[in-house]
Amino acid sequence: MTASSADAGLAPGLPRRIGARLGYYLPALIVLIVGLVLWEALTRAMNVRAFILPPPTAIGSALAENWSGGQWSLAPSVFATLQEAIGGLVIGTVTGSIVGFAVARWGTARDSVLPIAIAANAIPIIAIAPIFNNWFGVLNPLSKMMIAALLVFFPVMINVTRGLSQVHPSALELMRSYAASEMTIFTKLRLPNALPYFFTALKIATTLALIGAVVGEYFGGATQVIGRVVVQSASGLRFDVTWAAILLMSIAGITMYLAVVALERALIPWHPSLRGEEPS
Amino acid sequence: MEDQSGETVVHVDGVTKTFATRGGEGRTSALEGIDLVIRGGEFVSLIGPSGCGKSTLLRLIGDLTAPSSGSVSVNRKTSHEARLGREYGIVFQAPVLFDWRTVEDNVKLPLELTGMDRDQRQGRARDLLELVELGDFMRHYPYQLSGGMQQRVAIARALALQPALLLMDEPFGALDEMTRERMNSEVLRIWQQTGTTIVFVTHSIPEAVFLSTRVAVMSARPGRITHLVDVDLPQPRNELTREEPRYFELVTEVREALRGRGSGAGASAERLAAEGGVG
Repeated sequence: MTASSADAGLAPGLPRRIGARLGYYLPALIVLIVGLVLWEALTRAMNVRAFILPPPTAIGSALAENWSGGQWSLAPSVFATLQEAIGGLVIGTVTGSIVGFAVARWGTARDSVLPIAIAANAIPIIAIAPIFNNWFGVLNPLSKMMIAALLVFFPVMINVTRGLSQVHPSALELMRSYAASEMTIFTKLRLPNALPYFFTALKIATTLALIGAVVGEYFGGATQVIGRVVVQSASGLRFDVTWAAILLMSIAGITMYLAVVALERALIPWHPSLRGEEPS
Repeated sequence: MEDQSGETVVHVDGVTKTFATRGGEGRTSALEGIDLVIRGGEFVSLIGPSGCGKSTLLRLIGDLTAPSSGSVSVNRKTSHEARLGREYGIVFQAPVLFDWRTVEDNVKLPLELTGMDRDQRQGRARDLLELVELGDFMRHYPYQLSGGMQQRVAIARALALQPALLLMDEPFGALDEMTRERMNSEVLRIWQQTGTTIVFVTHSIPEAVFLSTRVAVMSARPGRITHLVDVDLPQPRNELTREEPRYFELVTEVREALRGRGSGAGASAERLAAEGGVG
């Protein structure tokens, strides 16, 4: 262990970093392009019917024709759904964190809330979605947000509880050796310890929020949302539009995920999962 | 630091410690009839087989667990008052550095807790890290350091409040043999430089003999101090100390005490030499 090997974790020059990034993504990019070309060629050569699998170019043109207008208004629909998902993500994350705090802090909260939370988590979201639509108004985006929030709540609550409780036993003894108060132990040890757990949950939660919003939309609601576009285009055999909608949702999901990753990098650069190279 | 040599720093008086057994029907005895007086400036190692309660004894001194009977005093206060007064520093087997703090900020942790102002904290952290020869690594994060370096940061942190007493619980148990020997020399140097009284838990006989002025040998179930071995090796000690005949004699004496055979007199010099390196 020398000074130079410890410095290995620090950032190398920018050009080298971009080069490394390209090298990292290049195989995936090649696979993607080859896959798309094969997809296009095979669907054409084998004359696959459009309702089974439309070629990528058909999906592309459906996307272009229906971007902001046309019959389907894909972009406004995706934004509407994204708003529901983000609303649900916020509601679920805030309530999940609050309950997680309470459960980590008080044994009574753990004994009373945890079984209920586990039971609630066991309900298939499909079964509860129509009821939430009924409770919060089928046309009100809040009904979709609440479905998304229900999905988000559990992983956030469990991970926050874990992060606050699973501190190294010696770290607790260390704090006690300094006669630190519970409050000090909380702010200086438990809270920072919980941050990586929180972000792990948040990354899972972005995907769950989107699923929750779309599932809610399947059971009725405003027409300009991506879930309705999927249901209606599929029943009208416009599978090129359905595929375009799926593509947009996946991009929305990736965007939300990357936003959380960026936040994570900014807030906990010290965490093992974010380290560049390991020192030798 | 005031010179406390000769004064009683730790007084363990008739201490027993029992734990509820699994299931809760009975109680097992972890420590029984422990009497130990440690004076200022001493370096006392607690050595014994696994489960002999040596770590429990260290935690009793630090008031991290309470005795079932008997009393523990530190700096002529109850161990509880001493803990509230932050009168000792502690180092564990794991460095338990906070991942989210730089090396420097880890060392500053106890200083923050006492409310020392920012400038003073900065100067003190620098001094401490220079003491453990990590002055160049202040802004590194713990993951960027090797295990031995991390443990040196933990030692710096434990010394931050200039405690009269340093408790060390198998601090080098997770390190390889070469790093461990280097860390041993480092601890001796720090001990001499600071004058801190050290209580050191280990299960390595060579380590206990090399470091200590006295070795308390413990037996298991119930945990008892069976022998107190005075280590009369001259100070300052260095790598050559490990090759002296007296060092091997003492290693043997401690080893035989651990086997429950009393003093090591009568063992042949050749056997002593052969056994010296075995931990």
